[in-house]
Amino acid sequence: MAGQAVLTGTHFINGDEACAEGALAAGCRFFAGYPITPATEVAERMSQRLPGVGGVFIQMEDEIASMAAILGGSWGGVKSMTSTSGPGFSLMMENIGLGLCTETPCVICNVQRAGPSTGLPTLVGQGDMMQARWGSHGVYEIIAIAPSSPQEMFDFTIKAFNLSEQFRLPVLIMADEVVGHMNERVVIPEADQVQLVERSKPSEGPDTYLPFQPGPDGVAPMATSGEGYYMHITGLTHDEKGYPVMEVWAQEEMTQRLVDKIQGNLDQILDFEAIHLEDAEVAVMAYGISARSARGAVLALRQAGFKVGLLKLNVVWPFPEDYVRELSRRVKAIVVPEINLGQMVLEVERLAQGRCQVKLVPHPGGGIITPARIMEAVKASLEETS
Amino acid sequence: MSAQQATLPQAEHPQDALLRTERIPHIWCAGCGIGIAFGSLMSAITKSEIPRDDFAVVSGIGCTGRLAGYIHLDSFHTTHGRAIAFATGLKLARPQGKVIVASGDGDLLAIGGNHFIHAARRNMDMTVICVNNFNYGMTGGQLAPSTPYGAKTTTTPQGSPDEPFNFCSLAASCGATYVARWTALHIRRLTTAIAEALNKKGFSFVEVIAPCPTAFGRRNKIRRSLDLLKLYYDNSVVKNHIAPGEATIDFDNNLVVGKFVDVERPTFLDHYAAINRGEVEAWPATGVDASAAGKRKAG
Repeated sequence: MAGQAVLTGTHFINGDEACAEGALAAGCRFFAGYPITPATEVAERMSQRLPGVGGVFIQMEDEIASMAAILGGSWGGVKSMTSTSGPGFSLMMENIGLGLCTETPCVICNVQRAGPSTGLPTLVGQGDMMQARWGSHGVYEIIAIAPSSPQEMFDFTIKAFNLSEQFRLPVLIMADEVVGHMNERVVIPEADQVQLVERSKPSEGPDTYLPFQPGPDGVAPMATSGEGYYMHITGLTHDEKGYPVMEVWAQEEMTQRLVDKIQGNLDQILDFEAIHLEDAEVAVMAYGISARSARGAVLALRQAGFKVGLLKLNVVWPFPEDYVRELSRRVKAIVVPEINLGQMVLEVERLAQGRCQVKLVPHPGGGIITPARIMEAVKASLEETS
Repeated sequence: MSAQQATLPQAEHPQDALLRTERIPHIWCAGCGIGIAFGSLMSAITKSEIPRDDFAVVSGIGCTGRLAGYIHLDSFHTTHGRAIAFATGLKLARPQGKVIVASGDGDLLAIGGNHFIHAARRNMDMTVICVNNFNYGMTGGQLAPSTPYGAKTTTTPQGSPDEPFNFCSLAASCGATYVARWTALHIRRLTTAIAEALNKKGFSFVEVIAPCPTAFGRRNKIRRSLDLLKLYYDNSVVKNHIAPGEATIDFDNNLVVGKFVDVERPTFLDHYAAINRGEVEAWPATGVDASAAGKRKAG
């Protein structure tokens, strides 16, 4: 299969492999990574496939180096990616922050396992959701997406690259062990059917180009090393020229820009599915593998006559604040199953402000939340709020 | 305009083209050795016939890390210790580029030590320049992996109990294709070494023994930069092509300087291309005698 970047056809592959195929279809040609269960298959697939499409794979000495290397790769003008799981994700945090501060497009896939620490390496978890939002120090906005099937591992990886290129930042794919290791049918379209977004390039010459001067969409065009722009890129607080400025005004301007380019473009970033929510009395909000359990629960309850709907988050960060706030006004309860002891549910509580019941269906990690547990929780909520 | 400003020389500096002159004055202290290393680097770049657009300078954090902010080339000021890892990605994405890593001793070989040894092992094609001033200057003079045994720093107030690294020996043993060390007073030889390193294919390493009067000298009762420079220079001995393990940093007449390694070796990308073209014989080249293996098990 060497030589074909987009493997058009129907495949029976696991989510990790689908993620790698999505990256290749999106134009990723540099991958730096380090083995870790349950994400290793992403790296293995990339090591097998990249040389055949003119790309480079390198196994680095650790996840810190992997993350630093993909930032370098991106400034070299090549779409770049790494994949990891909890322990490696923790090690990547500082350089994810460098990527945010220097507005460097790249993609990090975290196939979540149960933690803390080494935890349950081979078993599922969703405990890194708040780490994805806040794990690197300082003030910033992030984009994170959560696939719930191998097909979505393919589709959302392309989406992750597109968002990273459009908004110039590291984009996180918050997958999980079940989605990563599950083998399922994955349909890969014709190459010309894959919608790609490329970073905008400077239209000005080196004398007037400002690497961090945002355009009308809040995003600055990005030069590549070797193009004669002689740009300076730093993780220090910097002005639009990229030069360090150790002043409060510069910090205010820079962080505001990092926030505004996400918060000002929510219409293009937010992505969720509202299923049977029009007349729902109880809403289930879920993401990743838990969204599949939730879908099963909601459909079964609907068949049994219960007014219940599903809010499936595709993009988890930024969080769909307006929608959840509005939802909390018209439902009696929002039920949140997640394989942690309460993370994204905190966002729902913050936005609902007591207007409806918010019920967590927790799992400490190591297994999925069954549809039966979600059905029980929904029924309990209906009783408690009637 | 003040009287002082009015007397500033109007003539251009010969290296203005390689400087972000609008960022001068720089942050470095009077008497710092980084400026000398920087000057040698700029001279070597000017002398080289490599197109200017192809250069990229990557640095980490620390006093030397700030060099990236003053050089008028594509320059990347990254995280503490990770310059080589970042530079690896930059090089692999754009193999035609000439990647220079400028780093201090703590940045490069304490927090960044793992990346250093692996980049040398892979023979990643880049030039690494280490300004070794024997301490962490930016944070006020703490223990570094280069601090001489017994020397005082703010975190070894009674003297360092640590044995220091020998960076050149380390680089050579990990597989660097070019290794040299000079003090900041060997300016011409230092410039030549950096020029040779820039033209070398593979992982090239130049160590510059440099004075830090503000943070290191002061705590060891050598407050003047010139006295530190003289200490290093007067105790130096030139020994080219000796075994890098013997290239000691001994301040009693055996601070060995010179060019220790200058060899040819395929780079990571050379190997990667050859392997993926199917030109490399499968390991092990001699094959395995299965019957012999079976006998050993049975015995």
